[in-house]
Amino acid sequence: MSFSFQRFWAIVVKEFIQMRRDRLTFGMMVGIPMIQLILFGYAINSNPKHLPTAIYAADNSPFSRTLMWGLRNSSYFDLTREAHSAADIRKMLAQGEVQFAVTVPVDFSRKLLRGEKPDLLLEADATDPSAVGFAMAAVNQLATTVINRDLIGPLTKLQASAPPFNLVTHQHYNPESISQYNIVPGLMGVMLTMTMIIITGLAITRERERGTMENLLSTPAHPGEVIVGKIVPYIMVGYVQVALVLLAAKFLFDVPFIGSVPLLVVLTFLFIVANLAVGITFSTIAKNQLQAVQMAFFFFLPSLLLSGYMFPFRGMPGWAQDVGECLPLTHFLRVVRGILLKGNGLAECAPDLWPIALFVAVMLFIGIKRYRQTLD
Amino acid sequence: MNASDFAIDVRGVTKKFGARTVVNDIAMQVRPGEIYGFLGPNGSGKTTFLRMLCGLLTPDGGSGQCLGLDFRRESGEIKKRVGYMTQKFSFYEDLTIEENLDFIARLYSMTERKAAVQKSLERLGMVERRKQLAGTLSGGWKQRLALAACLIHEPQLLLLDEPTAGVDPKARRDFWEEIHKLAADGLTVLITTHYMDEASRCHRLAYIAYGNLLASGTVEEVVKAGGLTTWEISGENLFALADKIRGLPGVEQVVAFGTTLHVSGRDAEKLRASVTPFQTNAHRWEKIESGLEDVFISLMETSKDNFS
Repeated sequence: MSFSFQRFWAIVVKEFIQMRRDRLTFGMMVGIPMIQLILFGYAINSNPKHLPTAIYAADNSPFSRTLMWGLRNSSYFDLTREAHSAADIRKMLAQGEVQFAVTVPVDFSRKLLRGEKPDLLLEADATDPSAVGFAMAAVNQLATTVINRDLIGPLTKLQASAPPFNLVTHQHYNPESISQYNIVPGLMGVMLTMTMIIITGLAITRERERGTMENLLSTPAHPGEVIVGKIVPYIMVGYVQVALVLLAAKFLFDVPFIGSVPLLVVLTFLFIVANLAVGITFSTIAKNQLQAVQMAFFFFLPSLLLSGYMFPFRGMPGWAQDVGECLPLTHFLRVVRGILLKGNGLAECAPDLWPIALFVAVMLFIGIKRYRQTLD
Repeated sequence: MNASDFAIDVRGVTKKFGARTVVNDIAMQVRPGEIYGFLGPNGSGKTTFLRMLCGLLTPDGGSGQCLGLDFRRESGEIKKRVGYMTQKFSFYEDLTIEENLDFIARLYSMTERKAAVQKSLERLGMVERRKQLAGTLSGGWKQRLALAACLIHEPQLLLLDEPTAGVDPKARRDFWEEIHKLAADGLTVLITTHYMDEASRCHRLAYIAYGNLLASGTVEEVVKAGGLTTWEISGENLFALADKIRGLPGVEQVVAFGTTLHVSGRDAEKLRASVTPFQTNAHRWEKIESGLEDVFISLMETSKDNFS
């Protein structure tokens, strides 16, 4: 039996009608991406500023006042509380009232003037390391320069001497470290992974659960036509999601579009197919819709956590990176971020395209093999 | 009759699920334009047999032809000429009546699709309700829709798997009327059922239990082959009487039929010897023709002894 376009089209039309009728699923396909986009796009910030800080100034001198101003001006610290003892500070940190506490010791200015290099204590609630990282770095920078302005006249000699060389750093692609530039393009991959796998998984197990698959198979339609006919509508849904994310990235979040958007749209096809292949393979294993959803989550969580979307990929141990390398999302994230933020072309994307293609081949092989078995 | 003149002519059809033989060496011959009833208890392999005929399942053994096509090798072609109505309503509840019919018509690559859908709607009497969702139909209407959808591509053979389960008597009668009309026009119908009144509406029957074919032929032939002797008893206190008779030698079945009691057995002499002492004036005893139901229950009981 050869592939019949007419039978394939019959299934495509049917899927679209069902999609339209199933308001909840339809909402899930378009609404959830929008909500996630706005929620995550605005909410997630890996470079937090204005963190509540307590100050315990045992030495009330011009120097400590300058220090406080310096901290405030760095925009990482909001001096929200004043402490009167070391115990106060410990309590505030323990209760989470402040993220940081600065202690200026009693003899700070005296030692400073004598050139004894006094200590300045910065305590941080480092339960969430990523929340304090940038702020700590800012303090280090501050320490070398902030007081220089007050060290005038005979005190000039106390000014921190310039290091023997100049360290010049350039932050490429996202010089201001704006989280959205990283999060929003990444969200495109996360959303496609979630909706594509769940929805295709459901679409096929639903046929089996409701008994309509039996009917479908008693007609001349053969498995290839059924599978492709069911995939095509969801490819279109995937592109609707892509369009939504790109529009939001451009107009809501001002993400720079340095590379070629058409190239991105073309390459996204491979990624969508990869996720649909996973969905279909799961649906051939799952006995009902609930199992299909469970399996989708089983795949989704590692994709979210190990792909480099949530946590820096290079920060993971080798074995976790190896797992991450197997997931299509990992490679797709590099492709999206590469094209949008770095202006990468096809040549730069190629190293991340073949792993996705390989993944598709393996998944489809398993899916079609399993599909044959379930006919009997 | 020539072998190739049969609409269905298969032999030795066997299907195993793991170590369990679900259909065991079944042969079946169905003439064109015939309504062939396929009976048997739940789980006896009727559905599996139908699924093999229309290519949904691959048989483990057997040979023969269905509509002149090799039923094992040409299932693709057979599917185009067969209408299969599943036991459970298996059309899309979230599609309208018209959309369901249109979908099926597309799958069969019909050239005059719109006309066929229109014709089908008219025959169903659902022209006004064409935009109604199939899921909102009552059981009887769902069954009619399913039948219409099976017929839309004008098949030569109709396979119906318990089509009247859960349908009210009026709808059931209309349904059979329709089936007889279709058969008169030359359509061959293979139908599974549990209902005895439906069995007697078929031209020919086959009885299958635990995968084995136990009887086949016309109603009369099946009854005769059953070799049962049946007494009908009417009168007072039948329930107490039934308790006394049950279990006597030669008594194989004691079944209450409303205000009467049927006592049957295959050994007429033994049965007579056992019941004679009870033939008093308190009850009216009459020897009657065994019914299909008596025969089938007897077949089922004996097959259980042989195969369990």
